[in-house]
Amino acid sequence: MIPESHFLILGAALFSIGVFGVFTRRNAIGILMSIELILNAANINLITFSKFSASPDGLGQIFALFVIAIAAASAVVGLCLVISIYRNSKTILVNKINLMKW
Amino acid sequence: MVNLAHLIPVFPFAAFVVNILFGRKVKKFSAIVSISASVISFCLSVYTLVCFLKGQGAYSLFNWLIFGGISLNIGVIVDPLTCMMLVVVTIIGTLIQIYSIGYMKGDARFSRFFAYMSLFMGSMLGLLLADNFVMLYIFWEGVGLCSYLLISFWFEKPSAAKAGMKAFITTRIGDTGLLIGIFILIFSAHTVYFSELGNLGTGPLFTAAALLIFCGAVGKSAQFPLHVWLPDAMEGPTPVSALIHAATMVAAGVYLVARCFVLFSAHGAALITVAYVGGITAFFAATIAVVNNDIKRILAYSTISQLGFMMMGLGVGGYSAGVFHLMTHAFFKALLFLCAGSVIHSIGTQDIQKMGGVFRKMKITGLSFVIASLAISGIPPFAGFWSKDEILSEILKNGHPFLFVLATVTSLLTAFYMFRLVFLVLFGKSRSEIHPHESPNVMTIPLGILAVFAIFIGLVGSPFMNNAFQNFIYPHEAEIMKPDYAVMGLSTLLAMLGIAVAYLLYMLNKNLLPQRVRQYFGPLYNLVYNKYYIDEIYDFLFIRPTMRLAKLAFKFDLGVIDGTVNGVARLTVILSKIAAWIDRYIVDGAVNMTAKIVGIFSLVLRRMQTGYIQTYLLIAFFGLVIIIFVKLIIGG
Repeated sequence: MIPESHFLILGAALFSIGVFGVFTRRNAIGILMSIELILNAANINLITFSKFSASPDGLGQIFALFVIAIAAASAVVGLCLVISIYRNSKTILVNKINLMKW
Repeated sequence: MVNLAHLIPVFPFAAFVVNILFGRKVKKFSAIVSISASVISFCLSVYTLVCFLKGQGAYSLFNWLIFGGISLNIGVIVDPLTCMMLVVVTIIGTLIQIYSIGYMKGDARFSRFFAYMSLFMGSMLGLLLADNFVMLYIFWEGVGLCSYLLISFWFEKPSAAKAGMKAFITTRIGDTGLLIGIFILIFSAHTVYFSELGNLGTGPLFTAAALLIFCGAVGKSAQFPLHVWLPDAMEGPTPVSALIHAATMVAAGVYLVARCFVLFSAHGAALITVAYVGGITAFFAATIAVVNNDIKRILAYSTISQLGFMMMGLGVGGYSAGVFHLMTHAFFKALLFLCAGSVIHSIGTQDIQKMGGVFRKMKITGLSFVIASLAISGIPPFAGFWSKDEILSEILKNGHPFLFVLATVTSLLTAFYMFRLVFLVLFGKSRSEIHPHESPNVMTIPLGILAVFAIFIGLVGSPFMNNAFQNFIYPHEAEIMKPDYAVMGLSTLLAMLGIAVAYLLYMLNKNLLPQRVRQYFGPLYNLVYNKYYIDEIYDFLFIRPTMRLAKLAFKFDLGVIDGTVNGVARLTVILSKIAAWIDRYIVDGAVNMTAKIVGIFSLVLRRMQTGYIQTYLLIAFFGLVIIIFVKLIIGG
């Protein structure tokens, strides 16, 4: 049996990688992917606590399913934004998108 | 019969407007505009005369003003005096304007000259038609203005500009008197109408009013002591002199006295003043004319002298005599001036010492000149004889022996100086390089017409025509009029004597005797030659103190008033400099400092606004981390 802490460490590692990716990626798609990582880290945590709780009623797993659905939707919206930004400025590098910069 | 008299001045005024506004366009036709206006006025004047003879009188046009209990109508007076003057003024004015075509030919301001001439005519005609003092005063000033404009017509010459100013200011002194006189009549008698002058009653106030009105006449008609402007007025073009001397300007003064004759005759003191001022002027101007050497100035002094005669005639009570002389004088004096103008136009000098022998080359001008001189000297049957003789007999009849002596001596002098002029200008040998030639027809024809008038116009007042003129002008005076053969004989004799002496001195002796006479009467000659130093006395008594006062006022203005103004200005500058310093360093400093502090902060803070979404995210993230840590440490 794999102990609870291993799942939580995996979740934390995944979250940290995601956050690092969000802060460091210059490619908008990379940032979106990193956000997906963060969401998945949250999902792992939700499922872990659902599995290892004193009264496992499966609510955490249902919530994870909701998160996956919403993540898919938000990925669609994010990709749409990226496409329209690309159409306007011929780039998806966020440091080049400086239209609103002072 | 339609009332058309009020239209008489309208046409010259219209001509003035046309010429002054469109002078550049109409150019030479401006003469035609003016002359046709004058001719129309002449026709209307004759029509008015005919209307009057058929029994038409004064009429008023419309109500103009109501003030102080006086209702002022714009009205027209139609009586013998006005009718006579209208006809005379329009005839002479028209002839002078025709003559001016030749005289002013080629002048740069040709149409302006005719504009002024028309304005002059219009003002004079308006003055003659006015039935109240207010209208009379308006036109009176109009005449004064025109005389100023025309005397200084050649204003490029400083002397002409000065002469215009002198005429204007000198007559203004008299006009002030007239204005005060009118005010007295308005305030004490509540009337401005000539028709009501007869029933004013007596009293020293009205005597004063009469004397003040006479002041106006003294100024306009150049009587002593306000005569000084008239000789200087000779600076104007000669047709102007003719118009001023014959028809318009100076006649206005005599006309005024004649118009207010009822008022004067009700106040003996005023009347006798008129007579003596006239007498003194007549004699005194004649003496100056004897020694003067400028052809136009001699004529100017003779005008002053003749105006003195008219005043004397009116002053002794000889109303018709004075008016008669005004009329005859208008013709022969216009003629004299136009002849003089013709001579000047031809030879280009006014100094009679340089002339001589002009008659051989200028027959028409010369002949007209001789006729006019005979007329003014009082040789029968020329015009001046009848009128002057009538004045003399009036003086004698009304018992003024001193004035009679003065008048007879003056007529002797008149004949003398006129023929001195005739002999020096027309006959003998020329005394310098002059080349006289006859003037063009447009100038000689008016001379001829006026010469005919100068010969025959006197006959209308002679016993040969039953004193028709006197009966017309003043019906109840002529009944008692009988020809005074003794006076006639005396005046003719004196005139002959004057001419004879002139012939003796200036024709036979070739200038020798006058030289000796000059030496013999040295101081007296100098006194008269310098016009009794009246100009100098005025200069000393009035002009220089006035100038000094003006300079003082100027200095006061410069020092005190300008000083105050400048001081205030300087104070303001200093105050504003202080205010500017405060503004710059304190107000602006505070504002700038605020801005600078904001700037410094923003320099630091703007570094946070990188524009990279990730930076913001990072900050937000670490902020969150810090908050969590703080929460953990504090809250536990």
